[in-house]
Amino acid sequence: MKLKELESCLQQVDGFEEPKILLEQYPTSPHIAGCMLYTIHNTFDDIQNKLVADLGCGCGVLSIGAAVLDAGLCVGFDIDEDALDIFKGNVEDFELSNIDMVQCDVCSIGSSYAKKFDTVIMNPPFGTKHNQGSDMQFLQTAISMASTAVYSLHKTSTRDVKLRYDLPASYKFHKKKSVSECFARNPISKLPQKYCTEHM
Amino acid sequence: MKLLTHNMLTSHVQGVIKGYPLIIKATEVKVNELEFSAPFVSRMIPKLEWSLISALNCTLIPDYEKDEEFLRKVHRILLEVEVVEGCLQCPESGREFPISKGVPNMLLIEDE
Repeated sequence: MKLKELESCLQQVDGFEEPKILLEQYPTSPHIAGCMLYTIHNTFDDIQNKLVADLGCGCGVLSIGAAVLDAGLCVGFDIDEDALDIFKGNVEDFELSNIDMVQCDVCSIGSSYAKKFDTVIMNPPFGTKHNQGSDMQFLQTAISMASTAVYSLHKTSTRDVKLRYDLPASYKFHKKKSVSECFARNPISKLPQKYCTEHM
Repeated sequence: MKLLTHNMLTSHVQGVIKGYPLIIKATEVKVNELEFSAPFVSRMIPKLEWSLISALNCTLIPDYEKDEEFLRKVHRILLEVEVVEGCLQCPESGREFPISKGVPNMLLIEDE
C-alpha cells in the first residue's frame, strides 16, 4: 500500500464529536499518522503480523492504520468511553477484525503487561492541560509493554529537561524532518528501549 | 474482547499480588472471522498463559509451528472468539470488571 493510499484511507476515520479538553483529545492527523505508520511498517517491519498496542487510542486513527497494514492484532487502550464508542464505529465502518480495545487508565497500568506486545504506537497526551507528566507516564508504560519497539509523538515545549534513554536495542528513526532524541538527567532514564520521536 | 487480549489483562486492585489471569464470566459471545496468519499465531504461543487455552480443550503440542491444523485451532480460539457481554473477575480480590459491547472496563474507582 502506498503512503498516499494509507493517508486517504485514514482520512475516513471519524474524529471526536465533543473533544474533552482535559484529556487533550484531538484526532491524530491522517498525514502524521500515515507517515508514522508507513515508516514503522516499511522501514522497520514492526506492524505486519505483530501484536501492537495503541496507548491513548482515542478514536483509533493509529490502530486503524496498523490494522490496515496487517497487524496480527492491534489493541487500543483509552480511558474515555465516548472515544472508544467512536473507535468502535470506525472499526465497523472499515470492517476490520484485527482490532480490539480496552478501557483503562494507561497511567496506572504499571508494568503488568511486561513485554507482552511486540510494538507500541501512540500519540499520548502531552501534559499541557493540568496533567503534567502524563507523556512520561505513557512512555514508561509503553516501554514496559513493548518487547521490540515504541513509536511515539511528543511535544518539545513540555519538556524543560531533556530525556535520555540508554538503550540496548537499535535506534529507530522516523523519516520526518525533525527527529531528535530527548535527554534526561533524572533516574527515570533507566528505560530499556529506545524510541523515536517527532516534534510537533 | 478477544481471548488473546484477555491473555494480556491483569487486575490492578490495590493490594492484589496476583491479579492474573482474570476469570472470564461471559453472558454473550460471538465469533468474528479473521484471516489466518501462521507466523503470527506461532509467535503468540510462547507469550500465552497456556492454562487459559488448555481450559478450552486445546493442548500445547511440541513442534506446533509446523502443524497448521493446530495453529488454525489456536487462531480460532484466540482471535475469532469474542466476549461481547460479561465480566472479568480478579482472582484474588473478586472485583469484577464489566465487559460491555466487547470492551472490558478496567478502570478502578478512587479508593481501590
